[in-house]
Parts: sequence; structure tokens; C-alpha cells
Amino acid sequence: MDKPCPLSKSHKLRVDPHSRKMLTRFLGVFVFLIVGLFAFSLCEANDFELAMKDLGNKSRSKIKMAVKRLGNMGNPKALPALEALKNKRLKIDEDGVLIILNEAGDQGRDALYGNPVDLSSLTLHKPRINNSVRRVLSMAIGKLKLTSDSSEVRLEAARDLLKRPSSDLVELIEKALNKENDNEVREIFMLVLAKEGLNSDDKNKRLQSLNTINKFGNNDFKTDLETLLEKNDAGEFLESDPDIRDRAAKAISKIENRQFFINQAANLFYGLSLGSILLLASLGLAITFGLMGVINMAHGEMLMIGAYSTFVVQNLFKEYLPNLFDWYLIAAIPTAFIVSGVIGIIMERTVIRHLYGRPLETLLATWGISLVLIQTVRLIFGAQNVEVANPSYLSGGIQAFSGVVLPFNRIAIIIFVIFVVISVWTLLQKSSLGLQVRAVTQNRGMASCVGISTRKIDMYTFGLGSGVAGLGGLALSQIGNVGPELGQLYIVDSFMVVVLGGVGKIAGTVAGAMGLGVLNKFLEPVAGAVLGKILILVLIIIVIQKRPQGLFALKGRMADN
Amino acid sequence: MIKKISELHSFKGWLLTFLLLGLAVVLLPLLNMWLPENSTWHVPDYMFPLLGKYLCYALVALAVDLIWGYTGILSLGHGVFFSIGGYGMGMYLMRSIGKEGVYKSDLPDFMVFLDWKELPWYWYGFDNFAFTLLVILVIPGLFAFIFGYFAFKSRIKGVYFAIITQAMTFALMLLFFRNNTGFGGNNGLTDFKRILGYSLQEPSTKMGLYIITALVLFLSYILSRYIIKSKLGRVLIAIRDAESRVMFSGYNTLHYKLAIWTLSAFLCGIAGALYVPQVGIINPSEMQPSNSIEMAIWVAVGGRGTLSGALVGAGLVNGAKSWFTVAAPEYWLYFLGGLFIIVTLFFPRGFVGIFSGSSSKNNKGVILND
Repeated sequence: MDKPCPLSKSHKLRVDPHSRKMLTRFLGVFVFLIVGLFAFSLCEANDFELAMKDLGNKSRSKIKMAVKRLGNMGNPKALPALEALKNKRLKIDEDGVLIILNEAGDQGRDALYGNPVDLSSLTLHKPRINNSVRRVLSMAIGKLKLTSDSSEVRLEAARDLLKRPSSDLVELIEKALNKENDNEVREIFMLVLAKEGLNSDDKNKRLQSLNTINKFGNNDFKTDLETLLEKNDAGEFLESDPDIRDRAAKAISKIENRQFFINQAANLFYGLSLGSILLLASLGLAITFGLMGVINMAHGEMLMIGAYSTFVVQNLFKEYLPNLFDWYLIAAIPTAFIVSGVIGIIMERTVIRHLYGRPLETLLATWGISLVLIQTVRLIFGAQNVEVANPSYLSGGIQAFSGVVLPFNRIAIIIFVIFVVISVWTLLQKSSLGLQVRAVTQNRGMASCVGISTRKIDMYTFGLGSGVAGLGGLALSQIGNVGPELGQLYIVDSFMVVVLGGVGKIAGTVAGAMGLGVLNKFLEPVAGAVLGKILILVLIIIVIQKRPQGLFALKGRMADN
Repeated sequence: MIKKISELHSFKGWLLTFLLLGLAVVLLPLLNMWLPENSTWHVPDYMFPLLGKYLCYALVALAVDLIWGYTGILSLGHGVFFSIGGYGMGMYLMRSIGKEGVYKSDLPDFMVFLDWKELPWYWYGFDNFAFTLLVILVIPGLFAFIFGYFAFKSRIKGVYFAIITQAMTFALMLLFFRNNTGFGGNNGLTDFKRILGYSLQEPSTKMGLYIITALVLFLSYILSRYIIKSKLGRVLIAIRDAESRVMFSGYNTLHYKLAIWTLSAFLCGIAGALYVPQVGIINPSEMQPSNSIEMAIWVAVGGRGTLSGALVGAGLVNGAKSWFTVAAPEYWLYFLGGLFIIVTLFFPRGFVGIFSGSSSKNNKGVILND
């Protein structure tokens, strides 16, 4: 591939036939100039190839020059090669041909022409680059990305620019801004320019920059603005221009305002997310407590079993259906429900039904069951946490505001909770089983008198409550660690939800869970996580002073217990 | 007064009580001091802190029995009162380390580690043993009084009360886990050197603490016995069995419940204070919800509603725990869990109930009506 520059070749070809004696020297020179210009433009196109080839040069300074040139040329074709160089996937064979390896490193293609290359017959070595080359490299990649066709790539590049000084790129960004039609990218370009504009000597430009920052800026600009308002030791402002100071102060307050709202929105989201998890954890508890008046201390372990069921289903998919791995979560939904539900039914039939009318002893007995379950899981799966992977569609998240990412798994859990609550509500309100459950909840004796088999209803309800807890465990496995003590972490909180929300009404549980979740997240930044929890506890005790049966107590004769 | 006290037990009962007291306070120490170490009947030095620990647990069980066995109020938060008493004593012991800590500072080691320059205000006065004693005797009861006042006033009872007390102990555990709270965070208070000038490493100090614990337990037992035999005790049992009827008869149950709840916390606090110098550490894990639930099972195993049952239960369960955690640690939770299930299902009157001879049928109604 070591061909000479086409300039010399075309020069020879074109000049030789014209070298007749009859022609004056001037003509010769004229032709020479024209041909030279033509050839030069050819060479411009091929300058790209040259620079590309220089990436494999033995001299580091040549590589550096080539990278810079590629960056300035703005040809997006160079992007794969530069990125490969950065990620150490760019190799050179003995002839100096550049080859880009794929991520696994088992296939390669020509960096210049893109055709696949058979790697087996080649001995490859890598270009020698050091940190100074890498710095130039990131800059060049950034520049090229600015002119990329994909708006996502441009967005990423623009965000990148915000993070570091880019005074030498101002012209390029201005050019890119003019061409840009994606509003989000435009905003960021303008911010980058504004950031540079702050240091300009032109007052108007600085004011304009401040305006832009005022309009779109986020917290990252605060330090820049605050330096404008700094005073020296004598108490004089370092910045002499009062207009600039005034604008900067305004921009700061605007940014703080905006950030405040963003934080509140983020708190709300994370509060709802926590609330939905609490709801999944406590919904089943509220149902069984409402129906039978017993607190199931092993309820947390139903969560844990649901999470471990998910783990087992995941492993089965990994083993036998690796192609359908992403579907394991869907398959785990009925599995978790059934496994937890069946264990709940066994628990009810063997222990709880024999303790009817002795709620405090049921509490102790179910605590005993929880110890046995924890230890059993520990002996089967080990005391360490096990790993449950997110399926691909649940990893990642969307950036709602600058600095606030809403993870897909949390969004999915909120949707999942809505689905579960609606299903349970439908089951309790619309089915004949639900009618019987509600009848027993309201008045056990009377329900029994009209022919409802209360024992059977107890059993089904316990199965349902435990099954819903299993679904909660499935959801928890997507956002946190799965270990034998998983349930213990949530049990106190879910009791609080039930105590706060009252029993017998799903709406109470939903309100209790969401209220606690959101309150928790709003108190956390103000009071700290622990004090926030304690404050909430005090609050619950105060609420119970006023409404001993919870916020949403059933009214009527059955209320006395 | 003396006549009243003497009526608390039958002659046989008093004989047994004093025999046990004599065994614990006189015979065991004598066996330790007089017999040569290789003798079969020699009681080794290490037994005394261990027995002392069990006696503290027995005192806790007594306290839990008063509130649960006799009044029917299940508390899952007695670990808090135990810990407050324990931390009170722990703070005194920390202060009496003086400058002998790792950092040779006047401040407790953990404060030096946190780079605190002076003692927080709530540590003032713990150099003084009398003040510490006052704190130990007053604070757990006072805390219980305030908590109980609000809880009982709004008629929180049964399962709700159990859950609220569990949340209380959980919240306080989180609070004490924080380093900033000023009680040593995760590690708690430990590395004690001496109490009232006596080295805690000396076998004689350990034996002394054990004997004091035994005497305190004896006095608490007499006090509890006195209460349950009094009219107060009868009202408490009536509250347990039919609170509404007691109220309709003109009693304000709030006062009775509050009184016994506070007394129970008071005894628990003393138990905690005696526990710490013998075990040598107090940390927030004492406030784990599971610890408080275990306290309830001591009483359930021994037999609710009998004071002797509480004492026996604490001894049995903790003895089993000591044995299991050495011999078969992985099966301890099975044993404990099984105990919870089997006792509540099949032996609602506990160990004492099995041997007391009276048919369970007669007593079932009274005891089981929560």
C-alpha cells in the first residue's frame, strides 16, 4: 500500500506530452500551475487517506499530527478508526495496513476501505500511543462526532464538550450550531459557547453568554458564575462591571430555582419508586391482616422466596434457553407467585389456622417460621447474596433532566405495581371469591352463618397474600441484592404501611405505601436517612393517636375488635 | 408489711426460693474458692460472667412476663429499655477508662477517632457513679412512660402495639448505629477497664457482679411477686382477660397499664446495666427487633403468667443457645424457630405448664384470651 502521492504521478503523465519545443515556457508554467491545482485537490481527498495511514506510523508525533488533521478535516469516516485507536482495537500488519478489530477481537476489517480482512495469516502489532496522543485523540473524536449524522452522537459529543474547556473549538462549534436543527443539541452547543464567552473581553458577548446560561444552565455553571461574584480580601469585587455581576447573580438564582424543581421532581420519582416497592411488600400483608387479624411475621420471607424463585428461573433460562434469556423475567412472574403462594398456604394449614383467635401467638409462631425459612434458604443457596441480572430491556434508563436519570427497572416496577394492584382489586371486588373474602373480612361470624367456608377462604387469602409478596420479591430482585435476609429489610416498613393505611381496603394500603415512600425521599435530603426514618415513625405514632385503626379504616360495626 | 410479704409464698415456696438463692449466691462462689481446680465440683471462673448473663436475661424475662404474661400486652421493644440501661452503664465504664485508651486521651477512643474535641453534653456526669445509677434507674422508665402514655392513651393494643414497639426499637437501633449520635456507632461501647476502681478482668470483680445480679434478681422477683399478689396484680390480670369489662367497672386501665409498663421497662434497664460490665460490650445490635422477639419467646417457653416460668424459660432458651452456637451453629435457627412454633402450638402454658400438673383445659381460657 506504500504508493507515492498521486501528485507526482499525474504531474509526469500530464506534463510529458505537453513538453514540446514550440510552446513557450510561459505556457508550460501555466499548464503546470493548472495541473498542479487539480492534482492538489486530488491530494486533498487523499490527504485523508494519508492521515489515516499515519495513524499506524512509528513516530508518535506523526500519529499525533495525523489525529489532529483527521479531527480538523471533519470527515466522519475517520471516526471508527479513531475510536478503535482509543479502545486499542486498531492494529497494523507488516505492510502497514490498518485493521480495525471487532470487540471480541476475532474479526477485522480494513480501516480505510471497510472490507473484511482474514486475520489468520497476518501478524499484527499495535500503534504506539501515549497519554498526550490520547488527549488529542479524545478531542478529535469529539470534533468528528459534532458533525456526525446521528443526533444522538452529536448530543453525546456536545455533553462531552461541556465538561472540559474548549476554547480552541469555538469556531467549529459555531459552525455546528448553525447547521444544527435538533433543539436539545442546540441548547448544549449554546451553553458550551456561553461558557467560553464568559471569558471573552467583549462585554456584550459576556452579557449574552450570561443570558444563555440563565436560560438553559444547570448546576455545573454555578461555580463559574460564583467566581464572577467573588470579592478580594479588601472586600472589593474581583469583577468590576456591575452589569455582569447583576446578571450573574440573577442567573445563579434562576439556576438554583430550576435545580430545586428538578430535585423535587427527582425526589417525587424516587419516592414513588420506593412507595411502589413498599406497596408490593405490604399489599399481601394488609390483605391477610385485614382478613384474619394476624400479622404474618414471615411475610418478609415470602418476598425473599419470590426473589429466589426469580433467581432459580433465571438460572434455568441461562442453562437451557440462553437465546430466550430476556424472557426469564416474564416466566418468573407466575413462578414467584405460585411458589410463595404455595408456601403461604402450607404455612396457613399447618400452623396459623391452629392459632385462630390468638393473634399475639400467631405473631411469635410466624416469626419462628421466618427463622426456619431464612435458615433453609441459607443452607440451600448459601449465606451470600446471589446475583439476579436485569434483562436487557430493563437496563439503562432515560435522562429526564440534566443529572436525573430514571432507570428503566424502577419505571417497570411502578408499572408492574399498577398491574398487580389492579389485578388484586379486580379479584377482590369483581369475583365471587373476592366477595366471600370481603364478607369474612367484615364479619367472620356472619359470613360463616350464611354458608361461606371461612377456613377455605382463609387459606386462599393467605395464598393470595403470600403470592403477591412473591411478586414483590421478583420486583426487588431487579433493583437490589438478593440474600437470605432480604425480607427482614422490608418487614418493619411494610408493617408501618399496614398500620398507617389501615386494613381491609386496598386504597388505604396504596395511600400508606406511596405516602411513606414519597415522604421518606423528601425527608432524606433534609434530615438524613436515619433521622428521616425516625421522624416518619414519630409521625406514624402521632397519626395513630388520631386514627387508631389507620387512615382508611373500615367503618361500622365490625370496626370494634 | 412483713406479714404481707411472708404471705407471698407458701412455706414450701419460700424454702425453694431461698434454697435457690443460697445455691446461687453462697454455694457456687464457695465451690469456686474452696475446691481445687481439678475437682469435679469446682466451679471455674469463667462460669460467673456466663451465669451472670443468664441472670440478667432472667430479669428481662421477669419484666416481659409482667407486661405480657400478666397484662396481656406483647412488647417487641424491650430490647430498647435493656439497651438504654446498658448504654448508661457503658458510658460510666467508658469514662472510667480514663487516659488508658488506645489514644491516651481523656475522651473515649471512638470520639478521638471521630476527631471530636470535647465531650458531648449528654456525656456529662457519667464520671460519677451515683449519677450513672440515677440515669439507669430513671431513663428507661421515663422513656417507657412517655411512649406508653401516648400509645395506651390512644388505645393502641394487641398486634398494633407489638408492631409499634418493634418499630420503636428498629428506629432507635438505626439512631444508635450512626456515629454522629455519639454512642460509638456500630462498635458500641467496649474495652472497659474497671468499675468503681475494681478491675473488670479480676475474677473477684466478676464474681461480685454475679452475686449482685443474683441479689437484684431475687429482689425483683419478690417485688414482682408482691405486685401480682396485690390488688394491682388482680386488675392487671383482669385487663389481660377482658379489658372492656374492667373499663366498664370503673377502672381507668390507662393508669394500670402505664404503671406496669413503666415498671417492666425499669427492671429491663437494670438488667441491661448489670449485663454490660459482665459481658464487656454494648452495641446497637442489642436493639435489633429479633432480640426483643427472643425475649418474648423466653417467657413463652417457660410459661406465661407464672414468674417462675419466665425465669426458667430464660435459662432454658439461653442455655440451649450457648450449646447450639458451639455444637451445631447452623441448626440453632431451626431450633429457635421450631421452639417458637411448637411452644405456641402445643404448649401455650410453657414448660412450667407441662409440669404444674393442673389440666390445661381449666386454664386455657384465661391464659389464651389475648
